[in-house]
Amino acid sequence: MSDGYASRMPTPEAAARPWQTHTVAIRDVRREVEGVSTYDLAFLDDTVREAYRFAPGQFNMLYLPGAGEIAISVSDDPRNTEAYGHTIRVAGNVTRTLAGLGVGETLGLRGPFGTSWPLSECIGRDVVIVCGGIGLAPLRPAICTLLQDRQQFGRLNLLYGARSSDTLLFEREYDDWSRQGMDVQTTVDRSSPGWLGNVGVVTLLLDQLPSFDPHNTVLMCCGPEVMMKFTVMAALNSGLSEQQIWVSMERNMQCAVGLCGHCQLGPTFICKDGPVFRYDKIAPFIDVEGL
Amino acid sequence: MATATEMGTNERFLTEAAFARIFEVLESQGFTVVGPTIDQEAIVYDRIRSVDDLPRGWTDEQAPGQYRLQRRDDEALFGYVVGPHSWKRFLFPPQATVSKADKTETGWQFQAVEPEPAKFAFLGVRACELAAIRVQDRVFMPGPYVDPIYQQRRDNALLIAVNCTQAARTCFCTSMETGPKCTSGYDLALTEIANGFIIEAATAEGAEILSALESDDASIQQRQAGQTARQQAVDQIERRMDTTDIRDLFLSNLEHPRWDDVASRCLSCTNCTMVCPTCFCSSVEEVSDLTGDHVERQRQWDSCFNVDFSYMNGGNVRDNTRSRYRQWLTHKLASWIDQFGSSGCVGCGRCITWCPVGIDLTEEVAAIRGDAT
Amino acid sequence: MSSKPTLGVFKFASCDGCQLSLLAAEDHLLGVAAEVEIAYFLEATSHIQPGPYDIALIEGSIITSHDAERIQQIRRDSKFLITIGACATSGGIQALRNWADCNEFVRSVYATPDYISTLATSTAIADHVQVDFELRGCPINQYQLIEVIQSVLAGRRPRTPVHSVCLDCKRRGTVCVMVAQGTTCLGPVTQAGCGAICPTYNRGCYGCYGPAAQPNLVSLTGQFESSGVPREQVVDSLRNFNGYAPEFRAESERLEASRESTT
Repeated sequence: MSDGYASRMPTPEAAARPWQTHTVAIRDVRREVEGVSTYDLAFLDDTVREAYRFAPGQFNMLYLPGAGEIAISVSDDPRNTEAYGHTIRVAGNVTRTLAGLGVGETLGLRGPFGTSWPLSECIGRDVVIVCGGIGLAPLRPAICTLLQDRQQFGRLNLLYGARSSDTLLFEREYDDWSRQGMDVQTTVDRSSPGWLGNVGVVTLLLDQLPSFDPHNTVLMCCGPEVMMKFTVMAALNSGLSEQQIWVSMERNMQCAVGLCGHCQLGPTFICKDGPVFRYDKIAPFIDVEGL
Repeated sequence: MATATEMGTNERFLTEAAFARIFEVLESQGFTVVGPTIDQEAIVYDRIRSVDDLPRGWTDEQAPGQYRLQRRDDEALFGYVVGPHSWKRFLFPPQATVSKADKTETGWQFQAVEPEPAKFAFLGVRACELAAIRVQDRVFMPGPYVDPIYQQRRDNALLIAVNCTQAARTCFCTSMETGPKCTSGYDLALTEIANGFIIEAATAEGAEILSALESDDASIQQRQAGQTARQQAVDQIERRMDTTDIRDLFLSNLEHPRWDDVASRCLSCTNCTMVCPTCFCSSVEEVSDLTGDHVERQRQWDSCFNVDFSYMNGGNVRDNTRSRYRQWLTHKLASWIDQFGSSGCVGCGRCITWCPVGIDLTEEVAAIRGDAT
Repeated sequence: MSSKPTLGVFKFASCDGCQLSLLAAEDHLLGVAAEVEIAYFLEATSHIQPGPYDIALIEGSIITSHDAERIQQIRRDSKFLITIGACATSGGIQALRNWADCNEFVRSVYATPDYISTLATSTAIADHVQVDFELRGCPINQYQLIEVIQSVLAGRRPRTPVHSVCLDCKRRGTVCVMVAQGTTCLGPVTQAGCGAICPTYNRGCYGCYGPAAQPNLVSLTGQFESSGVPREQVVDSLRNFNGYAPEFRAESERLEASRESTT
């Protein structure tokens, strides 16, 4: 079973042609929160569609000719094989161009690339997922898989922080996730009228987490680097080891296959050694300013 | 283990006239010959067609931030060290189209560009450069993903090495254990001596070329002359770099004050990375026609010294020269070992010579080590 | 009435070379003309439309009080204002007056100096109004200009490089003239854009595209001086088409000041 959770490696054809991009069409666009939408992308070529599989945490390179290419984690349930959701915040040239496209229009996709969340490590253990902002998107496929195979895992906790109540991603799904056996807790940086939930940084939720067995827990974390840093500090304080903590990193990724040099952090290439790292692998480098 | 050359079993002697025929032999086998030639007041690597294109009677004098051509007092064809170019220019071209996109009625169509067939014979590859090619092989070819352009060119390349018979003041291959003697990774290796060359084939392809040339068994005197000439290069190397525990040295000195010191001198101009025979960074640029319906993706050499190289989410991760120089040197000498199993430095000294302000990495290493004089 | 975005091209103190670059783009210009309506471009057509303009291209620097007023009006009339060339972006070669007595120049050049009304300085457009994008070069590179116009039309950030001229020399295989020949070259501190023309033709870079991002002028001028270039010459090399660009200006003034303090 655990093999089913492993990162997807390229086919020999894909490995020999790292620049081959496939055409995908936008099947659906869902506005999530202000400035963030999910694009369901479907391959036009049947052979490509049938061959494509991704593991939770892996990313694709989305290409808009003329505007450029960007790395986006798949935010969809890995069981979907028709179209793959990519949750994207409008930030630069490529995302702005993408925001101008509608259902039926096409773009390019290469992938999947990189490492995935350690779901086989989670079997028989408690899982704590800590996310900030759009960092929930790369973990959504992991959440779907954990809930699908719910009985394999111990307690599941999602601790999610956002800037304000109207920037909570995938909010419509929290009840479903709870029903399926994951405790979902949210917090916001700034309260607003009508908000009755937690206010404060997400690490407070971690500190307050009841009945937490540090020796039998896997923690997965994705969000802004500073948020991940404080999450890791809190987790280490509560007794987890660096080997039990996994984070998803981001750097400038261009080739996605370790050949262009852009995404290095110390000895790692974020694109091929990550984006998901066991914390001890990057601990010496994550805090070094400008590395 | 003794190599074939050391045992002297394989060495032949070529007169210069016999050597001169190598151009037609290579061309008849479909090779494009690339080798040293004089251009822009330097010995560069370019397409060459005959022995007359070689830098006969010229040498190079090098120092930090300085390179000058000088006349030799003999007519040696390979009497220089290394110049501003390296073979990566031909294996990893500075600019290449990697894919194309065309807008059709059914949407965008994408096509990865197949590498153009290229069959190079590199004439005059030095030991440090053989090492550099091995380093880039480990970057571009082990997979799972390979660089198709590099692989096509590398698989078809014939490497004709030339042993150094002198060293520049910037050379430190002995510290990096990459030279000056060519020990592996070539098809043919030459040592230039009076009136000709000692030549040795290391592969079937090399032996085939050699068999088409008129050669004799090298005499004991000729072999000794070759040995003496090669030893001269060893004796002339004066620059050293202490590589003891260099990986840990660098990764535990990321906040060393020397990074600020070197940042005050470094221009962040990219010259060191461009002349380095192992630096492999690149970027992809969109090149669109006016309609925007036909777009090519062009890969170009890039450098970790460029401000926007690390651009992400509206800012640059390495937003000052201190962090960029640290990235380059730490990668080259330390984290390269984690990534590819060897140092990224081969001791060719190009980054020292071609730095406009003469920054010398061997001095920087010594300073980080704390034994600066 | 056309619904295409309108483009205006406006000239201040300059040689017209940048506008000529736009005209010389020919095929590309026709392509641009299909995308925009050229509403004001005296060098190309005497047909003039009043503002507002969606895109304004500004050539030249501000050297008269009339210039200083006119640029305010153009700014009010324009949605996206782009300066083109060294004059508009850093004051141009005419900014040499900023280190001299302008009246003296006027007296020695003009037969009737009284007719001349000019400011004491030549300054960049950005010293007077907010500029949305600065396109460097003396003259500008037509392909970069087309890219800038296309990107504004597409609503994205223009892609013009900020790296040094050295990178372009190396990509094209040009041997470093500074290292191999001892030529004074501003390439290591100058922004790319020209394709490294001068070093390829065996000359040092004149800095036509202005300072590269985060340039280290002090180290480079130190190297010039230690290789025997007299300080006056180093100062002169910085005071060229982009002499009044902040980084070049600061360094030439530093060199002059430290000479004065040592003599």
